[in-house]
Amino acid sequence: MMNPVLQAKGLDLWYGDHQALHSISLDIFEKTVVALIGPSGCGKSTFLKTLNRMNDLVDSVRVEGDVLYESHDIFDPILDVNDLRKEIGMVFQKPNPFPMSIYDNIAYGPRIHGIKNKRVLDQIVEQALKDAALWDEVHDRLKKSALSLSGGQQQRLCIARALAIQPKVLLMDEPTSALDPISTAKIEELIDQLKTKYTIVIVTHNMQQAMRIADQTAFFLMGELIEFNDTQELFLRPQDPRTSDYVNGRFG
Amino acid sequence: MIPIKTKEMLLIQRSAEKTKPNYRKWKDRLFQASLWGAMSVCAVLTFSLIVYVAIKAVPNINLDFLLGQPSYIEDTIGILPAILNTLYLLLGTLLFVVPLGVGAAIYLNEYCKSARLVSLIEYTSDILSGIPSIVYGLVGMLFFCQFFNLQTSILAGALTLVIMNIPTIMKTTRESLKTVPNSYREGARALGAGKWKTIHTVVLKSCTSGMITGILLTVGRILGESAALLFTAGFAQVLNPIYEGMFSSGASLSVAMYVFAKERGEFDVAFGIAGILLILTLIISVAAQILEARTKER
Repeated sequence: MMNPVLQAKGLDLWYGDHQALHSISLDIFEKTVVALIGPSGCGKSTFLKTLNRMNDLVDSVRVEGDVLYESHDIFDPILDVNDLRKEIGMVFQKPNPFPMSIYDNIAYGPRIHGIKNKRVLDQIVEQALKDAALWDEVHDRLKKSALSLSGGQQQRLCIARALAIQPKVLLMDEPTSALDPISTAKIEELIDQLKTKYTIVIVTHNMQQAMRIADQTAFFLMGELIEFNDTQELFLRPQDPRTSDYVNGRFG
Repeated sequence: MIPIKTKEMLLIQRSAEKTKPNYRKWKDRLFQASLWGAMSVCAVLTFSLIVYVAIKAVPNINLDFLLGQPSYIEDTIGILPAILNTLYLLLGTLLFVVPLGVGAAIYLNEYCKSARLVSLIEYTSDILSGIPSIVYGLVGMLFFCQFFNLQTSILAGALTLVIMNIPTIMKTTRESLKTVPNSYREGARALGAGKWKTIHTVVLKSCTSGMITGILLTVGRILGESAALLFTAGFAQVLNPIYEGMFSSGASLSVAMYVFAKERGEFDVAFGIAGILLILTLIISVAAQILEARTKER
């Protein structure tokens, strides 16, 4: 059996005095799609943001326990958090393209990591846009402002921007919750293609979405990981009565 | 049942309208008329002031006036020294006030974690911006001219204006930093950009026009300032290259206007300068508006 790409071991997390995560242990394997589901405030987004240490930006956050990325402790003080985020990319709930051109948005990541050569950048931008299934729609207006794109295109641009620094893992925080059904379908299709190259962890409120795209699903409730299993198993034969109540729509 | 009720109510309402004279309508008209009056007084005052200055100024503005210098011996009058002094003053002030004010605003908005410190500094700078400029002049004279031995010089005047305008630059920069959505910062950090990298590649870029608006406001204030400069930069109207100019006494356009009108009784010249200042302010406010419109477009 191969090693997991990401491995949480007994992860506790506090915001000030409030404990938001209780002893989470979870293994995520390469080139799988893992969905995190659960009612609002259950800790699924907090857990996601811990994986690339975006929670560091919150002042009062305190973490105990381990998260291993390719067997390295991500909280190791020697590790440069910016290198970690280069390996573990992130897509947010609301599309957040920078107020620059489409090209500059995609080239932003490679540029801050030191790539200056125009030809190399051109190639990266084209490849990232192709991987995010956006190239055909925007290739003739790369110099236009990214804010002129539609919401769904903006979200795929943000995915392309994350792909441009060649991460191994892609974290997605409810990436379709601000989008219409057609854009959502496109993103889901894209996730299906991306999983041949990347490991994807996705937070979603939409259980149908989890069923459609995820290989494995984790159910969170009040900061605890209640159940983690293959998606089919979790939805059809939940082991825990709370999981069963949630996936059958009895609360949440 | 219901239709009958409403019918009755309508009847009651109508009879009330018949018995009471229509005060409401008249009240409404009265207030509308008095508001219109207030507006027209303001408009006429501003407009006539501009027209008055323009009429008085135009006959005095010519090339000799713009490019000459005042001399008792040759009996000439010109404002080139004052124009240059104003430029030196602008340069000297902006050179210090922009990095200081912008830097402080970035620290307060992006780095400072103590909300108390932020509100303390904001409170102090609000008070600072309310102090009459003549007080700055007095402090500047004691501090820069005497304590730092800069004498009465444009540099001393510029440094006084720096202190005076730090609150403005800080405030406008901070306001425009606040409008940058947090999602930009998160997006850049998630791509592995460090904090300073995020600030200068994404945050500052998306609020440049706000910052420029603040700088233009400051330029306007510097152009119009006289009280603080009387004590610190002096009255001299001699042509100087920039280096000597900085360290010697020199009157800006506003101060020169005061000198011509009050000390020498040359009201024509004063009005000429007023015309020039009017044009400069106009240019600045138009530039500020264009910039603001551009920001909104984005």
